[in-house]
Amino acid sequence: METFWFCVIALLWLGYLFLEGFDFGVGMLLPVLGRSEAERRVLINTIGPVWDGNEVWLLVAVGATFAAFPAWYAALLSSVYLPLTLFLLALIGRGVAFEYRGKVDSARWRRVWDAVIVAGSWTAALSVGLLISATVFGMPLDALGDRVGSPFAAIRVETLLGAVAVAGYAFVHGAVFLSLKTEGGVRDRARALALKVAPFALLPLLVLLLTVQLRSGSTWTWGASIVVALAALGAYGRLVLRREGQAFALMGVVVAGAVAALFGALYPDVLPSTVDPAWSLTVANAASSPYTLTVMTWVAAFGTPAVLVYQGWTYWVFRKRVGTRHIPAVSVPPASGPSASGPSGQTR
Amino acid sequence: MEVLDLARWQFGITTVYHFLMVPLTIGLSLLVAVMQTAWVRTGDRKYLAMTKFWGKLLLINFAMGVVTGIVQEFQFGMTWSAYSRFVGDVFGAPLAMEGLVAFFVESTFLGLWIFGWDRLPKKVHLACVWAFSLATIASAYFILAANSWMQHPVGVEMVDGRPRLTSIWAVLGNNTVLAAFPHTVFGAFAVAGTFLVGIAAWHLWRRGDDGPVWRASVKLGTWVGVAAFTGLAITGDFQGKLMFEQQPMKMAAAEALCHTESPASFSVFAVGDVSRPDCENVKSVTVPALLSFLAHNDFTTEVKGIQDLLPLYQEKYGTNYPVDPKLGELSGKPIDYVPNLPVTYWGFRLMIGFGAIAAGAGLLVLWLTRAGRVPRGRWFAWLALGSVATPFLGNSFGWIFTEMGRQPFVVVPNPSGVDGVWMFTARAVSSSTPGEVLTSLIALTLVYGVLACVEVFLIRRYVRAGVAGVLPARGPDDDAGKRDDVLSFAY
Ligand code: HDD
Ligand code: HEM
Ligand code: HEM
Repeated sequence: METFWFCVIALLWLGYLFLEGFDFGVGMLLPVLGRSEAERRVLINTIGPVWDGNEVWLLVAVGATFAAFPAWYAALLSSVYLPLTLFLLALIGRGVAFEYRGKVDSARWRRVWDAVIVAGSWTAALSVGLLISATVFGMPLDALGDRVGSPFAAIRVETLLGAVAVAGYAFVHGAVFLSLKTEGGVRDRARALALKVAPFALLPLLVLLLTVQLRSGSTWTWGASIVVALAALGAYGRLVLRREGQAFALMGVVVAGAVAALFGALYPDVLPSTVDPAWSLTVANAASSPYTLTVMTWVAAFGTPAVLVYQGWTYWVFRKRVGTRHIPAVSVPPASGPSASGPSGQTR
Repeated sequence: MEVLDLARWQFGITTVYHFLMVPLTIGLSLLVAVMQTAWVRTGDRKYLAMTKFWGKLLLINFAMGVVTGIVQEFQFGMTWSAYSRFVGDVFGAPLAMEGLVAFFVESTFLGLWIFGWDRLPKKVHLACVWAFSLATIASAYFILAANSWMQHPVGVEMVDGRPRLTSIWAVLGNNTVLAAFPHTVFGAFAVAGTFLVGIAAWHLWRRGDDGPVWRASVKLGTWVGVAAFTGLAITGDFQGKLMFEQQPMKMAAAEALCHTESPASFSVFAVGDVSRPDCENVKSVTVPALLSFLAHNDFTTEVKGIQDLLPLYQEKYGTNYPVDPKLGELSGKPIDYVPNLPVTYWGFRLMIGFGAIAAGAGLLVLWLTRAGRVPRGRWFAWLALGSVATPFLGNSFGWIFTEMGRQPFVVVPNPSGVDGVWMFTARAVSSSTPGEVLTSLIALTLVYGVLACVEVFLIRRYVRAGVAGVLPARGPDDDAGKRDDVLSFAY
């Protein structure tokens, strides 16, 4: 049962990285691919209907960790405190920026929110990478699961590698997604960019996996890592052939393999202690009671298929490519309301 | 400052802030669903205008609700890790359910609603806003079940010093959440109703176009607001009875009742210093026997005062904190079982008072605008806009009262509860450094402050523009020349 929930949580992270991965990527690419205001709006509208739903994968991954492995939840979040704070600020900024950007017709207003989207997307992607690699490589925890050592204990070579790996993946994934979801100039440039940067941008991910494997790999996680490499090559090849849909799906295989390799290498720990292996949190000592896990299993058994169905439906409804010709003129209220004919002296 | 104080300030600031958006989202989303239903059924353009106008304000508010909620989800682990470890077996489940059952529906169907205006058949599109709205209400249920468990821990047994869940149904069916949920949802409708009345009345006063839109909004808002306030009083009365059983100290603190009374009178307001647990120098205007009624439905029941409760608590839970470096400067110190009295006493009164003002203002506006009249005086604009703030304040004070009234416990022991299932707030906090918590406290507060200004600025702008700001002169239906490949409602 504990192992099952470990897998569920890995799956939730997979869902999060795959889905929010591309909308982080779109955010990062905003200034690169969006050459005009209309193009920037194309980019944002490709993820407009879905980014919030994607973000909920994170909330559920974290909530499920709380429910199934409270000790993991408590130790991870309190020990990686400062990077998490940055992560939250980035998510806050991104979230309001998408919603507020188009609400005032002013170039300066839009520039500010564009900057928030770009900075927020980079920061968030880097921090997720840091968070996940901190749990894979471990934190300096004492016997109670509290961090010993400095507030910056999470910032190490291997976790920074993890941060760059996720950001690099998101960057490429975003470009592939845009080549699938847009038309015209944006589509061509997205594809060209993906082809140009992929060899470098995906490299950190492969190095990360190699590092993890050399430390604590088993045969099957080696297998998963190899799948990642092959899928990445495959995605590249498909994109060369302009099969964007297949390339996008293979990018999904890349992240699936990576999550499998990372969590597979972590198991049966959930958060190793770098001070003393005896203090590591494991699926056994961090888990909730069997009863709680049973309850959660029922909830997940009914909830998850429903989520997949209606989120899948959303992607179906919004399956069309977006181009500049779809973007309506800006229509927002003018700075001072309509000339009202109310009582005199209306200058509130 | 100690981590404990910082963590409490951070939690207080972020949740009170989150709860400024929450009730408006819950209340307004359902009202927008009702407006859109009216439009789909009658085809009357007035209802379309209402849906678009109030829907736009809903969206501006929703974005802030989401981003402030995310912070909450992480905060239990970040600053309250000892708490999370202690209660994880019970507390995480409703949180995870909230995400899986409510947030997914909420976020996905809102996306469909915003972007689906002319992609989806009318009825399907309407169903999306209903799904969204009902999901916000479901999310309230789950999170309130979690919160109610802290006020009244049920469905658990103690195993190895930690509460272990024995029945999820007991947690989800806790009588405390059965009372708190309707109270909170009525609170949300009080907010939404007053929001409608205030803004619509202001537009009537400006005498722009679209009078029928604003009149219909005033009417809907007033009735919703008045019904909500009635509901609040009824459900609040239930909560009072539960509080009397479950948290006698909070009850006494709410009334600044120092000495046991039988029958007990309800204090309407007090002059003097209510912060002293011996009540010297306090003069209070009271309604005889009303507190007995609030506590137990009759006019004679004895309600215990602070002075008489203290020895009971000290006997059961000790007079001093244990000596433990993790407790910081509280280590070994006497335990103060009396919550902050001015906050609980006035918090309770302000909750009720602001709610009553909101309901009164709503009725007044409805009466003043009867049969097409609209007062011309500037005072009317002030009345309309000013009343919008009152139920927000009522809600905030309700939470501040509920949460601070349970101090010094984070999980409150109940007289009839499971032995050992309780926790001091001082014990709950993470072992983070003060620097870390101070950093996040300052960063979050600053960002929240800036965003508050942005939100108010945007809402003001859309409010001033009225219907013209959200609906072009010709609506999408009668706009024959519209190219159907242009996205509607795009970012
Ligand atoms: C009574 C209702 C209520 C209460 C007490 C809380 N919330 Fe909340 N929350 C909602 C009602 C709500 C909502 C109505 O469902 C929101 C508000 C606006 C919105 O976007 O959804 C929301 C949003 C929201 C989100 C974003 C969801 C999304 O992305 O769609 C999260 C993660 C949380 N909340 C988490 C919390 C936590 C951990 C709380 C405990 C301290 C909390 N909320 C208190
Ligand atoms: C959204 C509505 C809520 C508001 C406005 C609110 C308000 C507050 C405030 C003001 C405090 C600080 C109390 C103090 O320091 O004395 C607090 C503390 C706390 N609340 Fe709430 N609360 C809300 C909902 C919740 C919910 C739903 C939960 C649990 C699911 C919760 C759990 C806590 C915890 C763990 C603390 C920290 C310990 C403490 O200081 O008591 N709160 N809350
Ligand atoms: C006659 C009117 C009212 C009575 C008797 C009443 C009673 C109560 C009681 C006893 C509690 C505390 C529950 C506990 O801690 O166990 C409470 C909480 C609360 N009240 Fe009220 N209330 C009234 C009106 C209002 C109004 C008008 C609002 C908002 C506009 C409001 C909002 C809240 C909120 C948000 C809470 C905290 C959440 C909860 O525990 O449900 N109340 N109320």
